Amino acid sequence: MKSIKRIGLILLIAGISIFTFSLIFPSYEITDYTVNQHFDPIIDGYQIDLKKAAEEGDTSAVTQAKIKVDSYSALRDRLLTTKGDYGVNFVALSSAIRTQLNEHNEALKAESNWDAVIWDAPRDFAASMMRPAATGPSVEMKGLFLFLTFGLAMIGGLMYILPNVVLMGPPGIKNHHVFHEKATNRGWIGWLVFVWLVSFYILLYFFPDYTLGWVFPTDPASQFLKNQDASRWFLYGLMYCSVMTVMAIRMYVKYRNNRYQIVRTSSVLFFQVAFAFLIPELLTRFNRPSMDFKNIWPLDYDFFFNWNLDQLIAEGTLGVFMLVWGIALIVVAVPVFVYFFGKRWYCSWVCGCGGLAETLGDPYRQLSDKSVKAWKIERYLIHGVLVFAIFMTGVTLYTYFSGVSQVAGVDTYDVQKTYGFLIGSVFSGVIGTGFYPVMGSRVWCRFGCPLAAYLGLVQRFKSRFRITTNGGQCISCGNCSTYCEMGIDVRWYAQRGQNIVRSSCVGCGICSAVCPRGVLKLENGPEEGRINDNPIIIGKEGIQLSTDVTK
Amino acid sequence: MSHTVIIGNGISGVTAARHIRKRSDDRITIISAETDHFFSRTALMYIYMGHMTYENTKPFEDHFWSKNRIDLMREYVSTIDYAKKTLQFSSGGTLAYDKLILAVGSKPNKFGWPGQDLDGVQGLYSYQDLELLEKNTHGPLVKDPAKKKVKRAVLVGGGLIGVEFAEMLLTRGIEVTFLVREDRFWGNVLPKEEGELVARHMIEHHVDLRLNTELAEVIPDENGRAKAIKTKDGETIECQLVGLTAGVSPNVAFLKGGELEIDRGILVDEYLKTNIPDVYAIGDCAQMRNPSKGRRPLEQVWYTGRMMGETVGATLTGTPTPYKPGYWFNSAKFFDIEYQTYGTVPARDLDGLSEFYWEHPDGKICIKIVFETATRRFHGINTFGIRMLHERFDKWLNEERSVDHIMEYLADANFDPEFYRTHEKAVVNKFNAEQGTAIVPKKRSWKRIFSKA
Repeated sequence: MKSIKRIGLILLIAGISIFTFSLIFPSYEITDYTVNQHFDPIIDGYQIDLKKAAEEGDTSAVTQAKIKVDSYSALRDRLLTTKGDYGVNFVALSSAIRTQLNEHNEALKAESNWDAVIWDAPRDFAASMMRPAATGPSVEMKGLFLFLTFGLAMIGGLMYILPNVVLMGPPGIKNHHVFHEKATNRGWIGWLVFVWLVSFYILLYFFPDYTLGWVFPTDPASQFLKNQDASRWFLYGLMYCSVMTVMAIRMYVKYRNNRYQIVRTSSVLFFQVAFAFLIPELLTRFNRPSMDFKNIWPLDYDFFFNWNLDQLIAEGTLGVFMLVWGIALIVVAVPVFVYFFGKRWYCSWVCGCGGLAETLGDPYRQLSDKSVKAWKIERYLIHGVLVFAIFMTGVTLYTYFSGVSQVAGVDTYDVQKTYGFLIGSVFSGVIGTGFYPVMGSRVWCRFGCPLAAYLGLVQRFKSRFRITTNGGQCISCGNCSTYCEMGIDVRWYAQRGQNIVRSSCVGCGICSAVCPRGVLKLENGPEEGRINDNPIIIGKEGIQLSTDVTK
Repeated sequence: MSHTVIIGNGISGVTAARHIRKRSDDRITIISAETDHFFSRTALMYIYMGHMTYENTKPFEDHFWSKNRIDLMREYVSTIDYAKKTLQFSSGGTLAYDKLILAVGSKPNKFGWPGQDLDGVQGLYSYQDLELLEKNTHGPLVKDPAKKKVKRAVLVGGGLIGVEFAEMLLTRGIEVTFLVREDRFWGNVLPKEEGELVARHMIEHHVDLRLNTELAEVIPDENGRAKAIKTKDGETIECQLVGLTAGVSPNVAFLKGGELEIDRGILVDEYLKTNIPDVYAIGDCAQMRNPSKGRRPLEQVWYTGRMMGETVGATLTGTPTPYKPGYWFNSAKFFDIEYQTYGTVPARDLDGLSEFYWEHPDGKICIKIVFETATRRFHGINTFGIRMLHERFDKWLNEERSVDHIMEYLADANFDPEFYRTHEKAVVNKFNAEQGTAIVPKKRSWKRIFSKA
C-alpha cells in the first residue's frame, strides 16, 4: 500500500513537472506559410465584404473594407520580416510580432487613420501568429502528451489517495499531521505550491502568447468536444475538472463516514463538470452563445456587458431564455434558496470557485485566519467589491440604454477594464486560488466574491439556515474554528451555547464533522429563535447571561 | 476597588474571571504556572497529533485579556496566608487579594507503583505533560524504525484519557498496550455492552487491550528509564514509555496542612465557598459537601468547571447563586466513535431500574436507555455513533417523562448531520418487541423542537 502511494506521488510529480515544462517543448519557425495561415482568412473575408459592397454600390462600405484589406496586407508584409527559426524562445518571437503590430498601429495613429488601426490585444494577436508556427513532439503527438501530463498526474494522484482507504484505518476524519506536514502547515512545500499556482494564474490570464505549450496537448480533447483547437480557457476548464475530480475522490476517502460531505462533494463536482465545462463547450460546438447556467451576477460580472446583451438578444429564443434565466437567478433564486437553505445551496453545492475550494482547497482549510482583525478586513473588502460590481454594472447599463459612454466623468469601458483586471483576474484567480496554500482555501470567497457578499446579506438577515449548538456539550477544543475555511471562530459561539448565524458561512459542514463532541449541526429551521444573543447554557439554573463581552 | 485573585487559568478560573468582569469593575488577576494564556486542555491531544497548533487551542485571542482588564501572571503560588490575605510565589514575590478563587485543577493519579517516577513514565494533563511527551517520544514524521525512541508504550488505566493517549501515540507509529483493571473498558462508567463496543473499536485500531490486568511495577534500565513493566500476573512487557491514565485527583498538595478544609478536594458549600472567608474553590479541585441529587461530590469534567466559574462569578458580584448543575450529561470520543450521555446510566448496579439496549449490525452505533422499572420514568441514555440533542433530553428529564414517551419522540432528539441514516424505527421496533408495547415513532417536528413550553 505504502509503495503504491510512493509510486503515485512520483507519477503525480512527474505529470505536473512535464506539464509545467511543456511550455518550452514547442519550437517556433515563422515562414511565409505560417504568416499566411493567420492572414489569409482575414484578408479573404474583407475581400468578400469589398465585393459585396461594390455590387450593392455602398461606397462607404467599400471604403471601409478597402482600408481593412490594405491595413492587414501591410501588416502581413511587416510580419514577413520576422521570418526565421526561433527555437523554443517564445519570448523573443512574441516580442518580435508585437513590435511589428505596434509600429504598424503607431504609424496609423500618427496619421489619425483610426479606421485602419488593428485593435487586437497584442498578446492574443501574437499567440494566433505563433500557433501555426509551432513544431515538436508535443505538437505532433498531442495525445501522448495529454497522457504524459493530465494522464500521469491524475493516475498518480489517485494512486496516492486511494490506499488511504486502508492505511487510515476505519472510517473517520483523520487530520493527523496536518500541522506537521510541510505541504499543509505553510512549510516549504506549501510555499512552492503557492509560487506555482500564482505563476500559473499570471501566465494563464495575461500571457496567451507564452502558454501555447500548455494548450497544444489539450487540442484532441477540444476537437472531440467542439471540433476546434483548444484555447487557453479550454485548457483551464479541462484542468479545473480534472483537478476537482481527483480531489473529490480524496474527499470521498477522507470523509467517507459523513454522508453530508459525500453528497455535497458529488453535487459540486457535477455542477462543475456539466454546467461550467461540458454545456458551455457544447453550446460553442453548435454555434450558440456559450453560457454557464449556474454562474450568477455579480460573480458573473460581465453578464450585463453590452457585447453579451447584444449577443443574447441577437440569438433569438435561446438567447432571451438565457437572459431571463440569468436575471431570474439574481432576483428569485438567490433570495428564495438562501431563505430556505442558506447560502450553502450555492457556495458549497453548486459554485465552481466553491467547488475548487472544497476539493483542491480542502488540505489548506486550516490556514484561514480566525482573528477579529481578519474578520474586519474581510467585511470591508467583500462589501467593497460588491459596491464596485454594482457601480460598474450601473454605469454599464446606463451606457447601454443611453449610448453615452461617460457617466459622471468616468468612462464606462475603463471601469469595466479596471474591474476585469483587478477583481475578475487578479483577485479571483491569482490571489483567490494562488493563495490557497498560505491563506486557506476560500481566499476569494471570503474576501472578494461579490455574489458571496450578496448571498451573505440574505443569509444573515432573512434565512432559515443556522448552525445549531448543542446545549452544554462544547469543550472549547477549537477543532471547529481551526477547520473553518471561512475563518469563522465557530468555537466563540459554540462555547457560549449560541447558534452560529454568520453571513460568510458557506455551510460546508466541516465544523460539525470534526467536532469530537457532537456539538454542531447545520440545519434549516424556523426563523424564530434562530439568532439567540443571550443563550443560556443548559445545566446552570438561575443564571441569566448578560450579553457577552465582545472580542 | 476590590481585587479578586484566581489561581489557575483553566476553564473554571477563566470563566469566573470573565463573568466577574461582565458584572463588575473589580480588579481581576489570574495566576498560572502552566501557560501565559488560557488554552483548551481538551485539545492537548490534537496538538500532539498535528490536528491543531497550540495557538489554535486558545479560545480567546491574546489581546482579549488586556482589553477586558484581566491581569495575567505567570507565577507558581507556594503558600497562602489567609489571615493577611496574601499569596507567596515560589519566585519570591507576593500578591494581596480581597477575594480568592482556587481553580487549581487536578493531576494524574499515581497509586504508589514501584517505578512510577522513572523517566519515561508520565501522565497527560498539563501543557508540561505534552512537552514531556514530545521529549519522550520521537517526532511526528519519523518513519525509520531505527530512529524511533519508542517502539511500544504501555498505558495504565482504562478511561477517557487513556483512549485519547492511545490514539495520540498510534499517530506516531508507536504500538500501544493498554492495561485495564476491570473486566471492561472504562468499567466504572460504561455498562457491559458499551464497554465491549469501545473495546472492539480499540482493537480494530490495533490497540493491544488487556482487560483484568493490573500494573505491578515499572522496571528501569541502567539509566533510570522505564524499559518494561510487570503485571500482577507476572507478565513482563517491554516498553519505552508508560502512560499513567488511571484518572485524576485534585491538585491540592500545596494547600494541605493549613486551615483550608480538604478531603479529596477542597470542600465547598453550594455557593462554592470554602471554610475560610472570601476563599472559593471551583472546577476539578472543588469537592461539594452536599452534591445535588444525582451528582457526585467531585466531577472533573469540562462543563462543570465552566458552570462553577459562571456561578461564582455571579456570587462574587452581588448575586449569591447556588451551584445547581442540573441533570448529568457528558460526551467523549473514542477514536472514530462519538459518545454522548444524558441523565444517569449506571455502569453496574441497576437498582430498581430496567435497561433497553439497541445496537446497529455494524457494531459501532448503539443506544442504551435506562428507566425506573416501577414507574417507567426515563432515567438516562448512552448513545454511541448517534448525536442527540442536549436540550431535548434535559427537557424530558425535567418533565419526568416516561421511557415510552421518549421512544415515541426519539426523532426530535436526533442531532446527526443532514443526510445521515436514521435509526429510530429499528430502535423502537426492538423496544416494542422486548417491552410488549406498540409505540409508533413520530416524525421529527420543528414545531415540537422549538416549542417554548
